[in-house]
Order: sequence, then C-alpha cells, then structure tokens
Amino acid sequence: GVAGSIAGSAFAAQDALVPNSFEDITSYNNFYEFGTGKGDPAANAGSLTTDPWEITVDGLVDNPGTYSVAELLDGLDIEERIYRFRCVEAWAMVVPWNGVELRDILQKAGVQSDAKYVAFETLYRPEEMPGQRLPSIPWPYVEGLRLDEAMHPLTLMATGIYGKPMPNQNGAPIRLVVPWKYGFKSIKSIVKITLTDREPPTSWNTINAREYGFYSNVNPDVDHPRWSQASHRVIGGGLFQKREPTLMFNGYEEEVASLYAGMDLRKDF
Amino acid sequence: MIVDRLNGWARKLPVWCVYTVYLLPMPYFFYLGLTGGLGAEPIKALEHEYGEIALQLVIIGLAITPLRRFTGINLIKFRRAIGLVTFAYVLAHLLVWLVLDVQILSQIWADILKRTYITVGMAAFVLMLPLALTSNNWAVRRMGANWRTLHKLTYGAAILGGAHFIWLVKGIQIEPLAYMAVILLLLGLRLIPKRQNRKSVAA
Repeated sequence: GVAGSIAGSAFAAQDALVPNSFEDITSYNNFYEFGTGKGDPAANAGSLTTDPWEITVDGLVDNPGTYSVAELLDGLDIEERIYRFRCVEAWAMVVPWNGVELRDILQKAGVQSDAKYVAFETLYRPEEMPGQRLPSIPWPYVEGLRLDEAMHPLTLMATGIYGKPMPNQNGAPIRLVVPWKYGFKSIKSIVKITLTDREPPTSWNTINAREYGFYSNVNPDVDHPRWSQASHRVIGGGLFQKREPTLMFNGYEEEVASLYAGMDLRKDF
Repeated sequence: MIVDRLNGWARKLPVWCVYTVYLLPMPYFFYLGLTGGLGAEPIKALEHEYGEIALQLVIIGLAITPLRRFTGINLIKFRRAIGLVTFAYVLAHLLVWLVLDVQILSQIWADILKRTYITVGMAAFVLMLPLALTSNNWAVRRMGANWRTLHKLTYGAAILGGAHFIWLVKGIQIEPLAYMAVILLLLGLRLIPKRQNRKSVAA
C-alpha cells in the first residue's frame, strides 16, 4: 500500500491519537468464539492453532484458491495504522495495527467486473474455540462489505498490534479492520473471502436486523435501540474516565463520507 | 436432625453478620476498580458486579420462604437484612450507572425512556423503594395486614430484575437465563397449594 494515497486527515491525524496499552487492547475483547465475557478471549484463546492457517479466496475472482497467510501477503508491505476503534456497545480504544490494505490482497486475487460485495468468514473450530460449543450466536461468524468499502485505502487486513503478531484474542492470524464502522464489522480470524454480486448475510444483522444494519457505520445521530451512540468512553482511563462525543464515521468522515453520498443513513444504518 | 441443628445455628447467628458479610464486598469492589483490579473498563465491571450481587441476593431472599415450607429450615429472621442489603446493591448499581457510566443528564433520561432494559431496571428499582422504606418494625406494626400485601411487590421486582439482565446482553447467553429460571422457580413454588389449608377448607 502507498501511505500517501490516504487522502487528508486520517493519516496525518493518527499521530495525534494516543494508543491504548498493549495490555488494554489484549485483555478487553469481544470475540464470542471464546466466550461472551470481555476477559474470556484472553483467558481461552491461547490454544488456538494459527499456524498453519489457510484462507480460501473464491467467488468472482480471477485467481480463486486456498492460500496461506504468507502467500496472501507476499510482496505486500506491512505498515502501521493507528486507528480509533469504536464498539457498538459505546466503548472505544485506539489501536496501533500492523497490516496491509485489503484492496492490495483483492487486486492480487483479481476482482471480476461483476463483483459488488466482499463476504468474510471466521474459523469454525469448536474444539479450540469453546464459545462455539454454545449457541450464543449462529456459527461461523460472517461479515461483509460493499466492494467500494473493501477497496477503500483505510480498510486494513491486520496481522499484528504494536509490531507483534496478532494476539489470538484479537483475531489471529489475520483480521479485518474497518475503522469507520462499529467493531463487529471488523471480523476476526478470517478463513474465507468471497467476492459476490449480492449483499452477503452478516452475523449480527441476521440475529437482530432492527439493531444491526448491514452498513453499521459509526453514526452519533442513529441510536442503537440499547445504546445511545452519541457518546462513548475510551477504555483504560480508570473509574472516573469521562465520556467523549462520538464523531460521524468515527472521525473518518472526510475520507469515507463520499462512499455514502445520496444514501439515507437512517434507513441504511 | 440436620434441620434442627441448622435452625439452632441460625437462631444463634446474629443478624448483623448478614449486613457485615454482604456490605463488605461493596467498598472492596470499588477499591478494586480504583486500583486496576477490575480490568481495562472498571466502570462497566463495577456496574455488573453490583448488579449481579443484587440478583443473587434477590434469589437468596426469595428462597427463604420455600426453604422453610419444604425443608423446615427457618431463616426468616434474616429476611429483612437480605432485602435491605439487596436494595443497597441495587442503589449502588444505579449510582454507578448514573454518576460514573452515563454521566450526562439528558442522556440518562433518554435512556430510561427509550431503552427497554433500562426502563425495566428502573421499574424494578421503583418497586423496591416502598419495600425498603417499610422494612422496619414501626412500619410493620403500623401497616398490619397491608404490609404483607405491599411486600408482594418483591415478586414483581425480582422478575423485572431478571428481565433487565436478559435484555441487556447480546445474543443468547446462559447466565441471565439461569438467573431468571431460578427466580421463576422460586416464585412458582409459592403457587403449590398448601395441604393443611385444603384440609381446613374441607373440614
């Protein structure tokens, strides 16, 4: 990826963001494959086998196949991106990710002209993912992006944090990061990427369409039925940490607003 | 035999033990929150700790009557203490939410009106207010038979408390469902008709 290709403020502004500690980022996680408590992933993800790891790329691509992570990343430069991360539950953190732009991977796969969406799937391996032995949500976890969202230079396939390999509880060995969307869109431990011409099903939308839309862009003006999205709290600040106002598209409005020009973001939330 | 021995111990155990044992965790968890012992997000953790202890106390409180009826173990003398300590935890849970979590007054009001699980939780708290205010000897004497009727609000508060937990979590989680199942079971036991009553009606 070419760092200079990110228009305007996101890249310049990342120097102004203060990342959460490695300890915060790796101890407070939503990864229901390892349990629904925030500490469960850190406690239960140690036994996940992340090497070897294979990712199937299929659908409307010129080079379908099953690739190792190394093959997928071959020839691409891993760069650091410091992004705000905003959970739909109204907490947030700042994470220094290491990864490659998703578009570089997709270009290697050869996206065909009739592809309009990208679908992702998380590993299903209940013997190593104890949360999958319970029906808390349907397994495997699936997510999706519109192709222009997937090709956006901010959209990352992350392989590490703080220069270290991705910790298991954060979605090892490779995960998606879409910083202007609620955290659940940034699917972890990916084993399948499918290019398709129709909007793919996404896990939380399938579970509760009233609460979770396909787009799930961070939007302080569109409330989740159970959480106001007008403000959030950055974790790691202790018992008296103040809330902060949530920014449109999580502060990446300048870069991504044009993707949604003409759309009613209350309807397509 | 065992029942008699348990009842003997219960008679000897002073009620202030209940207050001591149950009120100590409250400042302790607050201290943990202050000193990093509750993880990266101590506000939510403290809110959940207090809420969950309150639900456990609701269950203990609801268990006292059926325990006496079906096993003969008599812990009635601790019931007021359990009830008041439950209220203390519900209040602490509410205060953490108001003061540390939401902080913003306009948002607090909007949350109470708009979010079902918060509406339900607030309703449970409101039902508990008259219960806490009348948990003293003076009120029991003054109110006579009305006191028992009023304190049936406990059942409503317990169900609302259980529903509050189920509504708040994402997906299907076992823990809140288990709390609700136990609450409903303990309330259901009260519906079993008493034999001696039927006999006396027949006679």
